Amino acid sequence: MPSLTIDGQNVHVKEEATVLKAAREAGIDIPALCHHDALAPFGSCRLCVVEIKKEGRSFIEASCTYPAEEGLEVQTSSPRVTKLRATLLELMLARFPGAEPLVQLAEEMGLQENRMPVKEAEGKKCILCGRCVRTCREVIEKKAISFCHRGTQREVASPFHEHSEDCIGCTACVFVCPTGHVYLEQKDGRTLIQPWNTEVALLECSECGAAFVPLKTLEHPRVREALVEQKESLCPACRQKAAARTLTRSIQPGARVIIK
Amino acid sequence: MKKISDPAALETLRGSIAEKRSASQSLVSVCCGTGCRAAGALEVVSALEASIKEKKLDAEVLTKTTGCHGFCEQGPLVVVLPQNIFYHRVKPENTADIVEKTLLQGEAVEHLLYTDPATGEKVYAENEVPFYRKQHRLLMGQNGHINPGEIEDYIAIGGYRALAKALGQMDPLKIIEEVAQSGLRGRGGAGFSAGLKWKACFEAESDTKYVICNADEGDPGCFQDRSLLEGNPHSVLEGMIIGAFAVGAGRGYIYVRHEYPLAVKSFQKALEQAREAGLLGNNVLGSGFDFDVKIARGGGAFVCGEETALLSSIEEVTGEPNPRPRPPYPAISGLWGKPTVINNVKTWAAVPPIIEHGAGWFSSIGTEKSKGTMIFSLTGKVNNTGLVEVPMGITLKELIFDIGGGIPGGKEFKAVQTGGPAGGCIPADMLHLPIDFERLTEAGSMMGSGGLIVMDEGTCMVDVARYFLSFTQDESCGKCTPCREGGKQMLHLLEKITSGRGEPGDLDFIVEIAGTMKDASLCALGKLAPNPVLTTLKYYKEEYLAHIEEKQCPAAVCQALITFTIDPEICTGCGRCLRVCPVEAVAGEKKEPHSILQDQCTRCGACLESCRFDAISVK
Repeated sequence: MPSLTIDGQNVHVKEEATVLKAAREAGIDIPALCHHDALAPFGSCRLCVVEIKKEGRSFIEASCTYPAEEGLEVQTSSPRVTKLRATLLELMLARFPGAEPLVQLAEEMGLQENRMPVKEAEGKKCILCGRCVRTCREVIEKKAISFCHRGTQREVASPFHEHSEDCIGCTACVFVCPTGHVYLEQKDGRTLIQPWNTEVALLECSECGAAFVPLKTLEHPRVREALVEQKESLCPACRQKAAARTLTRSIQPGARVIIK
Repeated sequence: MKKISDPAALETLRGSIAEKRSASQSLVSVCCGTGCRAAGALEVVSALEASIKEKKLDAEVLTKTTGCHGFCEQGPLVVVLPQNIFYHRVKPENTADIVEKTLLQGEAVEHLLYTDPATGEKVYAENEVPFYRKQHRLLMGQNGHINPGEIEDYIAIGGYRALAKALGQMDPLKIIEEVAQSGLRGRGGAGFSAGLKWKACFEAESDTKYVICNADEGDPGCFQDRSLLEGNPHSVLEGMIIGAFAVGAGRGYIYVRHEYPLAVKSFQKALEQAREAGLLGNNVLGSGFDFDVKIARGGGAFVCGEETALLSSIEEVTGEPNPRPRPPYPAISGLWGKPTVINNVKTWAAVPPIIEHGAGWFSSIGTEKSKGTMIFSLTGKVNNTGLVEVPMGITLKELIFDIGGGIPGGKEFKAVQTGGPAGGCIPADMLHLPIDFERLTEAGSMMGSGGLIVMDEGTCMVDVARYFLSFTQDESCGKCTPCREGGKQMLHLLEKITSGRGEPGDLDFIVEIAGTMKDASLCALGKLAPNPVLTTLKYYKEEYLAHIEEKQCPAAVCQALITFTIDPEICTGCGRCLRVCPVEAVAGEKKEPHSILQDQCTRCGACLESCRFDAISVK
């Protein structure tokens, strides 16, 4: 297994890994926005860029995608990398001024001002990291949402910005979104995942009527496999009460313990 | 056509085709490449065939609708063989003369002959036309002799002999060695050694491998890949079959951009005919090798010419051209994760001649590190626009002036843009530069896919940079920050400059953003998009400064910075400009000198075009 140096530190990689993974396991953190451990490397935000020296050549690469190879000399915050990272932040903040994670990172890096003209905040919080799309595609394997258009028009959306037929309402996209651009909306007794305009039809408890689990999630093969066969559709609260009833009913009269 | 059972049967077939086409037959080759078609070539063919029939010459005269002959500026082109008489700008009504005088009497139709502008003399033979004299039409030269829709034509000129040799007499490693020794470098832009790429794929262990032809030709102004596919699809197919055999691929794809329907049609027909003949499919030429090709069409995105985006497109990853991180390179892990060789159309087309004539022969053409020929699309402010095929090492001066015929209207050469949106502009004092991969890169440009755009004194270099950047911005897939956002900011700065709002400091900022794009972009589109800006800054800084500091456009192009004036001494008061002005910005009485109302003038240039007296100037 390869060994390389990162910021002067010798790092042994135990299994195939990217430079980012190798660095983090060695305790060296590198800022990365579009990266997520559960998702395939994407290489889109470019914040994780590092300077790599290999066979006498020095070049810049995204650490989240570049494989950790034998003999690499990696610098995660050389002056060249820091300058790049700062310019990348300026570029991103010019476009996504309201994105909290970016604002915080800029502050942390001591970025005082933005030399680029800042776009008026449209209220949109999407920073195009793609985590929502990639999660839906790779983990849930549903492809209910995707990127559309290209260049500066690129955005994440449900098909034609309308209700997505394929969405199972698992809300994994809400969970992975770093800025809150993807969120759950409760409106007139309905639950919608925004901005996908997609209603999540929920199963109602046969006992108390509370809506508690997306119908389509129950139909998902992986979920079906994992769930114990349910004869009744009970919400968690009612299920607990039912379990208590079942338990107490199973005690035979005369099998009571008397504590003296 | 029956299945050809083995290499020997192919040679027998070739012989019988030659016999059928008696030596005494005349051949009239009519260029029906897209350019000539647009100029009416198909009507010329109909008229020609009608005249031939009328004179009862059908038995002795063969008419061929062929692919592009290259001299697009002078089409429709007709070449009469065996005399090799070259006719240009042929109209349907001229065909009766061609039949009467040339076919029946063996004489040339004078007014259809090309006149050498240097000598004023008429030129008879195609190879004497100055445009063709310095070319080395290794690949394009075949176009004139074949109807792309007839595989027999291709076989007649020696087609598939290389494939027979590869399958019958060589093994995969020998083939790869031959290609490597030839020095063939990818003709799509990066110029990577084809042999090395094939070797890497060969060595990768996998039951499934692919070969792909990248026919996404997206550089503005380039049409050589298209013309090869339309005019000689079998040359590309033969190369792919040889390559597939060499690396061990059982399947191939050709990825053609959506906007090339004729190329798709032509290649589709070639595939069908090759399958019929047993040159494609199971047991190719009786060798036991199975290989077939599918056509995949692009959806209208320049970025899909980038190989990883191309792979995503074929894999139908939802809606996005998506350059992926590399390593691993496609030769190791490509289409659906399998070892894949991706090469450009021109690269594949060069393979059969290399196998047939050997690496030594190919490497005897060209320079030390750039072997063989290159097909350029010569466009812009040049007299002889079209497709030219030249040996690597020819100088820019020879190409633009001897072959290209120089700049029209007696204007001064200013620059030549090479390599498309990833390339750069080369100024007049570098015209002596021999064209090859290294020299063009050293000069700050690149070979690219072979686009050459010639510019004269009326071209604003800042505007050129702005144009190319607006192209790459529009075509950026948008996945990575530096290309998407950096490109946008750089374009914004250039638009500021060309509209007269440039500020000191803008140039330094442009260079900084360019550095970010070059270093941090995910793929070559982003990394190379700043090139046109950087090279024009390197060679034409004064023009940028004039725009910023003096708010002037020296080439008189940038609308916000120019002024149209009517010279009262010359103006006759004819009123043409007044009538043609779309915004009523011209004032004046009949027969009195007119004047332009600067506040209303939109600098459209209509008045300048309309004036018969040269009374209007623009600065």
